[in-house]
Amino acid sequence: MARLESTLEIRTSPHVLSGYSVDTIMFNVVLALLPAAAFAVYAFGLMALVTLGAAVATCLVTEQVFCRLAGRPTTLGDWSAAITGLLYGLTLPPALPLWMTVVGGVLAVGLGKSLFGGLGFNPFNPALVGRAFLQAAFPVAMTSWVPAFQPGRFGALPASTATLPFSVPLVDGVSTATPLALWKFDRQATEWGDMALGFIGGSTGETCAVLILLGGAYLVARNMMNWRIPAAVLATVGVLSAGLHAVDPERYASAGFMLFSGGLMLGAIFMASDMVGSPMTGRGCLVYGGLIGVLVVVIRTWGGMPEGVMYAILLGNATAPHLDRWTRPRVYGTRGKVRP
Amino acid sequence: VSLLGLKTFHHGVHPPEAKDDTRDLAIRRFPFAPLLVIPLTQHLGRPALPCVREGERVVRGQRIAKPDGFMSVAMHAPASGVVRRIALCPSISGRMVEGVYLEPHPGSTQEVLEGEPCPLESAGPEEILSAIQEAGLVGLGGAAFPTHAKLKLPEGARVDTLIVNGAECEPYLTTDHRVMLEQRDDIFVGIRYLLRVTGVERVIVAVEANKADAGEHLRAGLPPDLPASVEMLRVKYPQGAEKLLITALLGREVPTGGLPSDAHALCINVATAAEIGRLLPRGRGIQERVVTVGGPAVERKGNYRVPIGTPLRFLLEEVGVAPDVNRVFLGGPMMGTAASSLDIPITKGTSGVIAFTETEAERTHRTVHPCIRCGYCVDACPMFLDPSRLGLLAQNGEYERMADDLDLMSCFECGSCSFVCPSHIPLVQEFRFAKAAVRKSRAA
Repeated sequence: MARLESTLEIRTSPHVLSGYSVDTIMFNVVLALLPAAAFAVYAFGLMALVTLGAAVATCLVTEQVFCRLAGRPTTLGDWSAAITGLLYGLTLPPALPLWMTVVGGVLAVGLGKSLFGGLGFNPFNPALVGRAFLQAAFPVAMTSWVPAFQPGRFGALPASTATLPFSVPLVDGVSTATPLALWKFDRQATEWGDMALGFIGGSTGETCAVLILLGGAYLVARNMMNWRIPAAVLATVGVLSAGLHAVDPERYASAGFMLFSGGLMLGAIFMASDMVGSPMTGRGCLVYGGLIGVLVVVIRTWGGMPEGVMYAILLGNATAPHLDRWTRPRVYGTRGKVRP
Repeated sequence: VSLLGLKTFHHGVHPPEAKDDTRDLAIRRFPFAPLLVIPLTQHLGRPALPCVREGERVVRGQRIAKPDGFMSVAMHAPASGVVRRIALCPSISGRMVEGVYLEPHPGSTQEVLEGEPCPLESAGPEEILSAIQEAGLVGLGGAAFPTHAKLKLPEGARVDTLIVNGAECEPYLTTDHRVMLEQRDDIFVGIRYLLRVTGVERVIVAVEANKADAGEHLRAGLPPDLPASVEMLRVKYPQGAEKLLITALLGREVPTGGLPSDAHALCINVATAAEIGRLLPRGRGIQERVVTVGGPAVERKGNYRVPIGTPLRFLLEEVGVAPDVNRVFLGGPMMGTAASSLDIPITKGTSGVIAFTETEAERTHRTVHPCIRCGYCVDACPMFLDPSRLGLLAQNGEYERMADDLDLMSCFECGSCSFVCPSHIPLVQEFRFAKAAVRKSRAA
């Protein structure tokens, strides 16, 4: 017992913790993304694997370099850079030139996160910051799509993947349009069942909605995602587009099409719900999700681009701190009484 | 609020209950330590005034200190023996306080000196209140607020409900559970005294659903003439906090800075009620209390009736602890205080002694990360504060702003935010510090 006293640790309460930690949450997000990533590799073959690998590797290296520059201990262990890399890679066209993937990845982590102070301090979703830069800088490459399930996709890479920096990307023999572009420019609807299962062209990870939903359900079940955000985004998009479709089915796409096309599933479930960039209050999350949903429908329907999920989420991120302030709940005991 | 038929409050957390080890173990008496240390400050308020001299022989149950004014209670000898010293002794707060060192006779019996009884039938409210003060009673749930002071309602207060608090929401603790099972009649007698003092219309005994056996036991024995009912509550921390108990049962909020009587309610811990019923009819004072001794590092876990003043070292030696024990705290794991020394004694407010053996891995698991705005703390805080924002302000030392804009002073340090925080930010610790700073600057 004499020994006991000297080894006693004195710490303030609580003396037990829930067991949740940042790294376990982030690791589980990675796990939840893996099915969608695996399907992407199955659908697009080697080029998806290379794109995702390059995206993740770039993000990890950038994180490490910025930690070094800032003189901080490495933060690779919290898995957040890996999530950024995966999400970023999943939003890219699978045949994007590799050097562009690398440039965007450096910007995603460097500009989107590290310059703000690292995890927890980034106002915007880092993956989308990287993608937004590429969208602005390389609009053609970012909208060149290849069809899924090409024969021989596991054997060879498309020529575009290996283009050198600042050379014009080679146009592949086989290219395709995404369902959203088909609708926007040709008023041609795609069967939403095909989109839900992923038998379409599009960004690397935007294709199989079912697997994305599955990953989201896993995180919600483990209390590692606020269900209100994806639910509000999807419900808003569904209701708004169903209303518009009822008014004029020729001009406005159906709710099913809107929900399962483009990056909406991936964005609503894995990016809008990113903890750092979203509000914390329950009501704030609903408003935030609703706002993103409205923006998605507005941009897709009346904007110049076929897809608007990325900008909708980035704008949503900007409102998050304000939403927190406006929706702060009433503190217990403050009902109608003047406080001393 | 009611969920699945069980009442509760909004927000809160679900720590592992960890009560299975001791919930079925009947209360047992604890032996006398070779030297008992009875601090004269075991309650909120002024220290008691010793009324024995060094070298004086005392009898178990004899009053050894008298209350110094209204906010103070009496102390009684936990054993027959000799007063060795009246000197400073260590306390849980780390501060040295005045205390009575009592050396029990080797053959000290369990027999207790009894004083003037306080008859239930004939005593008036004021007599009962002073009997409670003379019995040395304080809130046995852990707050150690003098019970008579709590029962003395402010002028003009209108209280319609007395809540007897048997929620015992802290993990590991099973003292109230055992008291409800073993001292049912004491509780009912105590309630009768409380009814006479407060004049309330109805009594609710509140029990969390994980103690359904105790709730049913009380319900089955309720005397028909007692205006009391037993209400089961959903298991959730911190259900036992007075304000949340009132909200869960009555749907009323205690206003910020106000008292339960502002919500027309009064809460008394169930063990306190039982002690009132046990001590007052016999004119006794409190000189022992039920303590849950548990936690993974304790060998003979149990619920013990421990003499006040038993040093922690003696208690742990008697029950046996693992050789690599490294954390001992008094109270429950959510709000309890870490023991800095094993010389501190068990006092009236000690509801539990919990010992942990923490591995190196568990310790590194507490690495602090930046806030990732997950919002877990916002969903946990039963007072609806914004712990995340408060935590950021605390790091910048903006204590006044925390108090003025974000109701910092409403925090009662339940620890729910720290419990859920995946970044392991010591939120409660920061808030304690901030509250103290604000109090200091406001007092100045």
